[in-house]
Amino acid sequence: MIEISKTTENNYLLISVEGEADASSSLELDRQIRESFEGDVKNILVDCTNLNYISSAGLGVFMSYIEEVNEKAIIFIIFGLSDKVSKVFGILGLDQLLTIKQTKEDALAEINGL
Amino acid sequence: MKLKPTPKFYLRASLVIGVLLWLVKTLLEGLVIFAESSDVDLGISRNTTVILEAFFFISFIIYYRLRIQKAESSNFVDLIWRVFAIGLVTTITALVIDLFNGQIADSKLGEDPYLGKLLLSIDEALISLFLISTFTVWKKLILYQKSKRLVIWWNIYEVTIMASIFFNLTGLVLQEHLVFELLYGAITIMALLLSANLKWVAYLNFKQKWKSILLILLITIYLFYFFMTVYVSPATETTFIDIKSLFVISLFTFLMFYSLFSLLVILFNLPTSSVFEKKMEEAINFQRLSQSIQQGENETQIFDILLSSSMSAVYADAGWIEIIRDGQEPEIRTRNVSRVNISTLRAQIAQSKQRSILKSPLERSSETDRVLVTIRKSNFRSVLIIPMEIQGTISGYMYLLNELSDGFNKEMINIINTFVSQASISVENFRLLGEALENERYKEELNIAKSVQRALLPEKLEHDEHFEIHGFTQAAAEVGGDYYDTFKLSDHKFAVVIGDVSGKGTSAAFHMSQMKGIFQSLAQLNLSAKDFLVNANNALSQCLEKTSFITLSYFIIDTEKRTLEFSRAGHCPTLYYCKEESEARFFQNKGLGLGILRNEKYQNFVEVNHMTFEKDDILVLYTDGISEAANDEQEEFGYERLRNLLQQNYHYDPVMIQKIIIGKLYEFCGNKDLNDDYTMVVIKFK
Repeated sequence: MIEISKTTENNYLLISVEGEADASSSLELDRQIRESFEGDVKNILVDCTNLNYISSAGLGVFMSYIEEVNEKAIIFIIFGLSDKVSKVFGILGLDQLLTIKQTKEDALAEINGL
Repeated sequence: MKLKPTPKFYLRASLVIGVLLWLVKTLLEGLVIFAESSDVDLGISRNTTVILEAFFFISFIIYYRLRIQKAESSNFVDLIWRVFAIGLVTTITALVIDLFNGQIADSKLGEDPYLGKLLLSIDEALISLFLISTFTVWKKLILYQKSKRLVIWWNIYEVTIMASIFFNLTGLVLQEHLVFELLYGAITIMALLLSANLKWVAYLNFKQKWKSILLILLITIYLFYFFMTVYVSPATETTFIDIKSLFVISLFTFLMFYSLFSLLVILFNLPTSSVFEKKMEEAINFQRLSQSIQQGENETQIFDILLSSSMSAVYADAGWIEIIRDGQEPEIRTRNVSRVNISTLRAQIAQSKQRSILKSPLERSSETDRVLVTIRKSNFRSVLIIPMEIQGTISGYMYLLNELSDGFNKEMINIINTFVSQASISVENFRLLGEALENERYKEELNIAKSVQRALLPEKLEHDEHFEIHGFTQAAAEVGGDYYDTFKLSDHKFAVVIGDVSGKGTSAAFHMSQMKGIFQSLAQLNLSAKDFLVNANNALSQCLEKTSFITLSYFIIDTEKRTLEFSRAGHCPTLYYCKEESEARFFQNKGLGLGILRNEKYQNFVEVNHMTFEKDDILVLYTDGISEAANDEQEEFGYERLRNLLQQNYHYDPVMIQKIIIGKLYEFCGNKDLNDDYTMVVIKFK
């Protein structure tokens, strides 16, 4: 089960992901991120504070946006990863390609160029 | 030789004994006449003939009882016909004897006492046979659909009747003795009560009823005629002779009552028999609807049966069924109405204001309402529309048409409801069966895929005398995405690979087979670990779908230089046991999964490591199925357990190490099903 909510703040879009990103719920995750990318947003923050588990399919969703992030010069930041989920990102090497921050404050600091 | 008596034997024996008894009895009677005429006392008491006669009756009661058991026919008309036939033979014989008596009355022969006695004896014997056979058949009719109480009553009655055979020994006469009259009265009342059991009549159809009436009428006439023959004095033709046999008179009374009752009941049942037949037909149709699947019929046939049985159940003149299937034009099955008419009728139905809606008792939505429409200016004045619900969705409508207005009543609609729901169940079962078969086929296909995939994993792993290697894999689904393989690069160089395809099941299995192709081709080029990964990434970038990737660990073992060259492409960290340090640890090298970065930048993320190995060092390669396996408390098996297990069991050979680790893993997960693929390769250096 996964629950995704989106809130638009003044200069960024916040996507909150809660629950588990497994093979079936990853489809929903992909749909929501795709939607966000199609909008005219330059800064996207993904809040994974309540993401308990991510499967290879879930990682595949994040992975598939790497190129687009670079091409469109979108700032795409993931933050709040639990130790477990963070480790999974690390093993695969995604931490080298995606911007991953510890907290929302760190992420916002990145956007605001502080 | 031991003879085992068969039912046939008893049947014949009772017949032979009966005939013999009769012969002896007749002979004795002759002797008595002779003795009387010549004044000789033979010492034959009157009772001797009475007892002989009694046993004669009993033999034939047994005979007919066995015969009717053997016949086992439940066709009532056949049974009655049988009685009628025996009666016919008896009547003809009696008439012939009568005629013969009349002819010889004036001659000398007519006064011959022996001939007279013989003829009377034949007559009496035949009549009693007719009575007994009729009794047996009537018994069968009375006991049709018997209750326990009825059987008890009948048994009492039958025993009494049997006992009455021996009443003759008393020599009493009905007309003179009160005891006789009382007993006769009692038996008659029992007979009257039992004669009320006529359930069999209801099961005759119209034609059978007419036949039965005719046959029973004739049987009643026989009975009357025989009664006259036996009991009315030939001299006066109005007065009764002395009635000496309680058995015979009771039989006469019972048979007469039952025949008359049957006649009347059948007669009064004639007008309602069509209703009963109709109900039977409905029951049969209902059965056809529920059985149609077993007979291998298809869905359309079920609808055809539904339409025809519904039409006949409610006297509809015509009708049609629309079968709605996903994304198709509705299929229409018609009866007595043309397609053109259907279109006009549809329009008329839509326009008609005279419609009543009958709520279905179980349903809630308006879709499932039955609608009763009255149309003017049409051949068909009333229309009944019944929706058919299959697997929770409306799958069609049945239209029944009647030329009369108000042609459908509530009872009819109830019958139709049962028919429609039965047909729906049949169709539902039929579809489910189809789906089950389809699933079965898919399973079969998956099994094939499984064996194909099994063949992709190496049967034997390349190695030399400097190391031992052992591989193990277990897929959660029929097919999985884990992969391991080896390749002999040169005499002393070996490539070992372990990989895991993202996702699970069939799609993962396909990618795994691509990986196998890539490994087998690239390994032949004897590339360095880095070049191997870069090339593999290039190749996979072309064929993996956007969200898929493969993680891999690639090792080159040089047994001459005793070195390891390895790279990690996002795969879980390799576990290494160092003998010298007596410690197991995970490699901390960096890397990126294959297919994640699909351009030349990928090479920047490949890190190559070199190290030397010593004797008894152990390399454990595995997939994340093992490290991430969770128990019921959602706790992961984790790296620490894996490390400790290797550290404790380093002294074993690779097979044993694998067995211990996987054993502990299963123990840890408890009874939980596998939810990922488990793969492990253990290498121990020598």
